[in-house]
Amino acid sequence: MPAPIDPSDKIAQYAHPERLVSTTWLAQRLKDPGIVVVESDEDVLLYETGHIPGAVKVDWHTELQHPEMRDYLDGAAFAALMGSKGITRDTTIVLYGDKNNWWAAYTAWVFTLFGHSDVRLLDGGRGLWSAEGRELTTDVPAPAPVEYPTVERDDTTIRAFREDVLAHLGNGPLVDIRSPQEYTGERIAIPDYPEEGVLRGGHIPTARNVPWATAVAEDGTYKTRAELDAIYTSGLGLSADDAVITYCRIGERSSHTWFALTYLLGYTAVRNYDGSWTEWGNAVRVPVATGAEAGTV
Amino acid sequence: MSTNDVDLPEALAELRDAFLDTPERDRLQLLLEVSRELPPLPDRYADAPERLERVQECQSPVYAFAEVDDAGVVAFHATAPEEAPTTRGFASILAQGLTGLTAQQVLDVPEDFPLQFGLTKLVSPLRLNGMAGMLTRAKRQVREQLAAAQV
Repeated sequence: MPAPIDPSDKIAQYAHPERLVSTTWLAQRLKDPGIVVVESDEDVLLYETGHIPGAVKVDWHTELQHPEMRDYLDGAAFAALMGSKGITRDTTIVLYGDKNNWWAAYTAWVFTLFGHSDVRLLDGGRGLWSAEGRELTTDVPAPAPVEYPTVERDDTTIRAFREDVLAHLGNGPLVDIRSPQEYTGERIAIPDYPEEGVLRGGHIPTARNVPWATAVAEDGTYKTRAELDAIYTSGLGLSADDAVITYCRIGERSSHTWFALTYLLGYTAVRNYDGSWTEWGNAVRVPVATGAEAGTV
Repeated sequence: MSTNDVDLPEALAELRDAFLDTPERDRLQLLLEVSRELPPLPDRYADAPERLERVQECQSPVYAFAEVDDAGVVAFHATAPEEAPTTRGFASILAQGLTGLTAQQVLDVPEDFPLQFGLTKLVSPLRLNGMAGMLTRAKRQVREQLAAAQV
């Protein structure tokens, strides 16, 4: 049985209140056997410095990716991963992490590719939990392995490939959630991030630029539904049934926006292009627009 | 392929061997312990952070500087936020491994030495780039100071 919905006023406003929980809600449920708390961070050691009591760690880089191909785990490897973390198909998963939940949202997106039905984000992530002085521990849980079924990954519903983006051009909105300097082509990496070897700067023609941080308040929590609607729905002229594709550099920040559009605003057809700029900016003969204008097809 | 036969200065070699002698499952914990040993910045840098240089290859804001003293001995200083323990661990390896070497010994450290620590699978090559980036910058800083000293 899924855990109850966080009844707080802010969360109740969202289209899918069953997808977001507050720190207060989680603090009261750390011993609930139906809930597994999962930390996903950019920094591979941060969990070891202290984490929410009972939380297990899933590293986006070393655990979710296919070991050779640029792709995610297959169904069997995913089942083994989940089972080893003590997660069954019925578990309520609460994800949190550093950097305002970028990587937690990315992990939520990957879990959703495998159709895990109850995946929630901790609003405000690790930063808010720590800022509120809530308990952190270095005790690493040793969950008893459980059975998780082998499920085929669904790459059609919330994931877009390069071919899908090409077919989408001129037919639907694209949201580029990178920094304005990456969007215009002035730079090819996030300010202060490692260069990942991109040959062209700019954006996918017609994409609108809404940096991911636009969606969060100062404490790292998502903005209210009304504020998010003002940014995406009225701001970009989108509607909830539009087929939207989000992208960034490798798909992590755009997972954060995918989550907001899908679960907080109730958009029904949002896909994340995980190839993102590290693929598009290197691909041969795909169109690229530079400068502040969205550009045309 | 073994990279262990590449000569590393003694302190770096000792650190590398400490990692390789640790079972893989405990190596992250060792990196965490090493991260806690990152010495605080000397006051002259703490008061003037603009003298340090931002390392762009690292995912977290890290500032580092390799200083060559009048006797030609190097000291490596770095600072990185508490919430970036991996980066602090890399900086600490360099602070312990490079400080006390001669300028030439620093310049001779192989660029790919981070790959010798048995962390590639645990940490990922992309993240290890951060440590290689710090070394590359340290070498350039050493060269610049050597050139300036000859003028």
